[in-house]
Amino acid sequence: MYRYDEFDQEFVTERVAQFRGQVERRLSGELTEDQFKPLRLMNGVYLQLHAYMLRIAVPYGTLNAEQVRMLAFIARKYDRGYGHFTTRQNLQFHWPALKDVPDILEHLASVEMHAIQTSGNCIRNVTADQFAGAAADEAVDPRPYAEILRQWSSLHPEFVFLPRKFKIAVTGAERDRAAIQVHDIGLHAKRDESGRIGFAVYVGGGLGRTPMIAHKIHDFLPEEDILSYCEAILRVYNLFGRRDNKYKARIKILVHETGAEEIKRQVDAEWERIRHSALALPDSEIERIQAYFALPADLTPRPAESVVLNRARVTNAGLNQWIDQNVVPHKISGHAIATISLKPIGGTPGDATAEQMELVADLAERYSHGEIRVSHEQNLVLPHLALDDLPAVYEALERAGLGTANAGLVTDIIACPGLDYCALANARSIPIAQRISERFGSQARQNEIGDLKIKISGCINACGHHHVGHIGILGVEKKGEEFYQLTLGGSGDETTSIGEIIGKGFSSDEVIDAVETVVDTYLAHRANADEDFLAAYRRLGQAPFKEALYGAT
Amino acid sequence: MFKAATSGPAKVVTANRLDNGLVVFLDPQGGWTLDIAEARILDDDEIDAALAYGKEQDDARIIVDSYAIDVQVTDGLAVPVRLREKIRAERGPTIVYGEAERTKLTAAAD
Repeated sequence: MYRYDEFDQEFVTERVAQFRGQVERRLSGELTEDQFKPLRLMNGVYLQLHAYMLRIAVPYGTLNAEQVRMLAFIARKYDRGYGHFTTRQNLQFHWPALKDVPDILEHLASVEMHAIQTSGNCIRNVTADQFAGAAADEAVDPRPYAEILRQWSSLHPEFVFLPRKFKIAVTGAERDRAAIQVHDIGLHAKRDESGRIGFAVYVGGGLGRTPMIAHKIHDFLPEEDILSYCEAILRVYNLFGRRDNKYKARIKILVHETGAEEIKRQVDAEWERIRHSALALPDSEIERIQAYFALPADLTPRPAESVVLNRARVTNAGLNQWIDQNVVPHKISGHAIATISLKPIGGTPGDATAEQMELVADLAERYSHGEIRVSHEQNLVLPHLALDDLPAVYEALERAGLGTANAGLVTDIIACPGLDYCALANARSIPIAQRISERFGSQARQNEIGDLKIKISGCINACGHHHVGHIGILGVEKKGEEFYQLTLGGSGDETTSIGEIIGKGFSSDEVIDAVETVVDTYLAHRANADEDFLAAYRRLGQAPFKEALYGAT
Repeated sequence: MFKAATSGPAKVVTANRLDNGLVVFLDPQGGWTLDIAEARILDDDEIDAALAYGKEQDDARIIVDSYAIDVQVTDGLAVPVRLREKIRAERGPTIVYGEAERTKLTAAAD
């Protein structure tokens, strides 16, 4: 993992001291709320529905055990004993007192964490494939590049007041687990025939009220040009992005209105001007950062089959199911990557108690070389587990309510905090997720349904990614009542598509039945058990689902 | 007494406390209470003065962002009309969270 150098540490420490002064001046009345609000937002402090909320950056979703333990400590001491992992791989505390935030930030700084650029019209936390550096199907570890982008974008003076927020995602595998095509910039690291590293560059994707799929504007950008090219994109956006209307201010609108070809021409022109500047990355610097992300020295190949594991799987059906569903191959033989589901049946998606966080930290230290990841699907990951250790890891997770075997299944639901917490929301998301989870909770039924991603947002800002849910659910308020609109056929992977609205919305009472109708229609119409929901929908189109939901027209 | 035909729904003034952000309601003594049952219920002609007082309290660093909400008054108790404000008045989400949720899920699984 990356470790702060003296500049990183000094910068974060100074920022804590600066914010401490700002909070003191706010509480003493020297600063009004209007003056203070942009300052607190720059440090991740929102005022939400019930209380302040602190959003903490988890760069490219990577944490170590010490950091997770610190999050648990903060949850217990300054919050209400839990935290919420978000769709941007960050962590939110829902109840911190303003007066305590400087102390919280000081604790975070002591473990190389902060809340800088988790809000505001700047380049936000760079996100990445949660299996980065471990996945068997990975061509390039995206984390070194995400780290280089983090350093470049942290307090970049030119990009602190962009027209709107700006999100970058990086992946290094053909299978896109980072939803790069719905980000402002999506980077797909790959190798050419000679083994050289470069990036496919996507620009102008996004969700929110105007969902758009990004356009690829470069097939293979050499790795040394990653910063100059991103800087060129940001410059074009900063100059020409709209500032007159916040709803049209994201780069997706600029790309849409200008056209991808013209944007590419403008970006290339700017890039030509700056590509040989100080932004050109020397090999030595790339190698220096890559060294931080080298596999642990003692993570060495083991036999591809584990007798211990195979024996345990025969006698422990729960373990067997968990291995089938939550564990994927590691690039080093005899190892695996495990997804820790934060979606217990009937629970709040993405929430973890302090005790659960501590357990995950302990398991990471003992079994996963100290590493933990956060996925944008609001789960945690232990990336480096020996196959022999999986039974012990599962047993410990299961005892702590973290052993749910549902990664990628119908109950592995993304949900934003919604109207239960969020000041912007129009409807609740969490209770809908819980009721769907309970409805489909039986393991046999989930297995029968297979891969199915349900994503729920409580307002059009789409933090719950509903546009790219195989089944998307958008909460709206209609005459004081919560209604839920269904979209079908969305996907955030390498075959990204935006879901289509299937028809009029459903009341809170009706929506779970409606989802079940959609699922049952899929089961009735799928070609065979191997045709998953998305494939079936793409083949069948809306018609059978519409008819099942609304009757023949 | 019939309410004048021109008058709107009853209101209460709400805000968040500056120091800890919690939801509060203006009470009859000019203080701020966490409990909407203790809130001062306002008629139309009292709203402007109450909001002006809220602004003063904002300046005095007691609260942040005060505003008036519509309420339905039943047996002297104010119940917010909008769901958003109902949830705020409940002092927390409509679902259990943290350790309480963990306990609930464990009980359900047993």
